[in-house]
Amino acid sequence: MLDARDIELLAQVSDGLPLCPRPYAQIGMAIGMDEAEIISRLTLLKNQGLIKRLGVIVKHRPLGYRANAMIVWNVPDGLIKQLGRHISRFSFVTLCYQRPKLPIWPYNLYCMIHGKDRATVLAQLAQLDNACGLANFERQILFSRRCFKQRGAVYQAQQTQETANG
Amino acid sequence: MLTDLQKRLLNDFQRDFPLSPTPYQDIAEQLGVTEADVITALAELNAQHFISRIGAVIPPNHIGTSTLVAMAIPAAQLQAVADKISAFPEVNHNYEREHRLNLWFVAVAADAGKLQDVIRNIEKQTGFAALQLPLVDDFFIDLGFKLDLKHA
Repeated sequence: MLDARDIELLAQVSDGLPLCPRPYAQIGMAIGMDEAEIISRLTLLKNQGLIKRLGVIVKHRPLGYRANAMIVWNVPDGLIKQLGRHISRFSFVTLCYQRPKLPIWPYNLYCMIHGKDRATVLAQLAQLDNACGLANFERQILFSRRCFKQRGAVYQAQQTQETANG
Repeated sequence: MLTDLQKRLLNDFQRDFPLSPTPYQDIAEQLGVTEADVITALAELNAQHFISRIGAVIPPNHIGTSTLVAMAIPAAQLQAVADKISAFPEVNHNYEREHRLNLWFVAVAADAGKLQDVIRNIEKQTGFAALQLPLVDDFFIDLGFKLDLKHA
């Protein structure tokens, strides 16, 4: 579990590591933690899966990945784990989640595909349909249009994080 | 145009960023360049908005509580409503999508009660209903994204 110091540390890291020779020492100055403790805490959080990954966070759109589709399916609850894990194995899938079925939105399986163009994304979706047996489930494809905001949720004063899409 | 160094920095260091006192020096040694080259190349990628930062991706709901929210907004009002919603510090990832439900964003708060306050405020300020779709299960281990940068 995260303790209060971990949360302070993650809030610092989520603003980005500074581009200087001793970045961990530098963020330590802001929160009064020494470099060695920062490195050992981050290592532990990563090993525990509380940090999914630590590294360069790219912006897809400026790098030519302009077709971003969120695909949602209505699948039986009993199959969802198996389908979710299968979908996640494809390298073009960037996210895969279960969310609740609601009467006006009966979709429980969500996945995101980032591609250079729509034709590629739709071909990748067809590949998923075939490989995972998804073709018979009711679904919607929602391509993104405008991006109004991409980061920086502040949930408490001085603390920011970017979740892996809530 | 991206340099070869920039391409390698974009693709090879999305995860397992060195957890040593001198991570940029470690990367430089791996790539056969200097630490200053690495720092300069990353600063340029940042300035050109190709990277958002060097940071940590945290799984949802480990710090605070979050939910995906969908709203159906008439096209003529979409920009204005989206701007109002983006102004909330609790909101990130606010996108227009091609659907009757055309506005999708993530809201994060310290706990469930505060999150509901935020959603109620958004509904009140915009006059539109918010459909809440919180995470139930996460199937995906985010290992970064392999970019095809041949023509970048």
